[in-house]
Amino acid sequence: MRWRAQASLPLALLALGAVIALGVSLGVGSASISLEQLWAIALGEGDNLARTMVLELRLPRALSAFAVGGLLAVAGALMQVLLRNPLADPYVLGISGGAAIGALGAMMLGLGGMLASTSAFGGALFSTLLVFGLAHGRGGWAPTRLLLTGIVVASGWGAMITLMLSMTPAERLPGMLYWLMGDLSYARAPNLPLALLAVTCIGLLPLGRSLNVLARGPQQAAALGVDARPLEWGIYAIASLLTAVAVSTAGSIGFVGLVVPHMLRLVLGNDQRLTLPACALAGGTLLLLADTLARTVIAPEQLPVGVITALLGVPTFLFLLYRSGQ
Amino acid sequence: MSVLDARDLVIDVPGRRSGRPLNLSVQPGQVWGVLGPNGAGKTTLLHTLAGLNPPRTGSVALDDTPLNTLRRRRIAQKLGLLFQERVDGFPATVEETAMLGRHPFLSYWQRESAEDLRRMRAALERLDVAHLKHRLVSTLSGGERQRVAVATLLTQNPALWLVDEPTNHLDLHHQSAVMALMREQAAAGRALMLCLHDLNLAARWCSHVLLLYPDGEACWGEARDMLVPDALEALYRQRLRVVEVDGAPVFVPVNG
Repeated sequence: MRWRAQASLPLALLALGAVIALGVSLGVGSASISLEQLWAIALGEGDNLARTMVLELRLPRALSAFAVGGLLAVAGALMQVLLRNPLADPYVLGISGGAAIGALGAMMLGLGGMLASTSAFGGALFSTLLVFGLAHGRGGWAPTRLLLTGIVVASGWGAMITLMLSMTPAERLPGMLYWLMGDLSYARAPNLPLALLAVTCIGLLPLGRSLNVLARGPQQAAALGVDARPLEWGIYAIASLLTAVAVSTAGSIGFVGLVVPHMLRLVLGNDQRLTLPACALAGGTLLLLADTLARTVIAPEQLPVGVITALLGVPTFLFLLYRSGQ
Repeated sequence: MSVLDARDLVIDVPGRRSGRPLNLSVQPGQVWGVLGPNGAGKTTLLHTLAGLNPPRTGSVALDDTPLNTLRRRRIAQKLGLLFQERVDGFPATVEETAMLGRHPFLSYWQRESAEDLRRMRAALERLDVAHLKHRLVSTLSGGERQRVAVATLLTQNPALWLVDEPTNHLDLHHQSAVMALMREQAAAGRALMLCLHDLNLAARWCSHVLLLYPDGEACWGEARDMLVPDALEALYRQRLRVVEVDGAPVFVPVNG
């Protein structure tokens, strides 16, 4: 072991993994496209049909998947540092529940696409403010209180989701169920989430060391020169925004935000300067691969991607946890 | 010039009347011991002097600048605080933990330099925990963790040390070693204030003493004037006997 993990090697490997996953995802599908064809398309050549399929169908979806996975993993990592609790993630804190209410409400009214996404975004922000407002007593920031408030609000949303589903006409149910388990088939606009992911990662780099100090608690952080309160508020706001954008792009995909940061911590240690960018790459790659599987395993039918992330992630996570306890 | 000045300072202990305001200045080279029974407000005082708790009334100045006008980072470059209780957060190695002491001196984009690494390693060496450097702090014993915390403070190397129970969990040898380190720091021109439970450590190592009573009363001064049996018996409501060892008083609690 060394004084601190070398940042460049793991990040380079993760980036390489992401590129390979992107290649696989673009090549695999109803019509598979070879590496040479992909290369030709990247250079602006290749036949028109393949070009259209790759550039207009598979690429936006793949990039969306990558961005959403990265956003969720970074949001989870931030929440865990903020609450000093490895169990925290945007879903546990009720943010995705609020988003689900927003999205399902719009779908019940027969609205779809952009309107459902906007409504989901609004729901996520509403839930964020609700949890924060209720948890933020006069005594200041208490992680346990925030976590408990989030969990209770989340279960409230869960009950309302069940109620909404039971009141919805049968023909609208499949869309809603897919949304609840995460669905990237309507994700066609990767620019915003990708840009947000990039800006967040670069913006958080200089704060990484402060976050390492903050993980020791606000008092210790203050004693070491960190203005804890504004940093905590900022982190909560950023993590909520990332979640809201991810959820309104792809529906509610659990598990990524909880498990990716945890897996990386087991392997790479706890320096946020390394874990946060690593989360972006690994979360993105995981969701990209999961989505590729989701649309190919029982093609032409598609599986909800959340099922795949859980089926892939649970055994990996349990294995890493088991090994780290040896 | 004093490093730390408290003017008409009343610490905010909930539900307690204000008592006597503190007016004291801590000079370079002094080691202050803060003594008092449980709940007298020793930790609250330390946190107030560090700017973590607002005072009820009065003010604190660090190098003649009011504490509440300084940014946390600026304060942490001059003032270090050792907490009585620590939050582990996520697992971290001994080296990573001690290196946090350099945080106040590094800008946002800076990484720890070779000089920072050297300081941190020297501090681990000094506290006799260098052999544990790759261990996770959570796997250490209480005394080892305490030494890692002191090493973090030594890595920070501030002009003013506020230390809440420096000898917590330490065995006899390491108690002496840590107290010797404190005095060594004072001899090098730093100022220290230590919350202590052990009268004999205060008698042996402190130049000045502040006695805090549970009702908010306080008195302070040079150690030899303050450490008199009558005052201490009133402070702790405990009968004491005094014996002398090597010219220093040793206080022994007795029954009755």
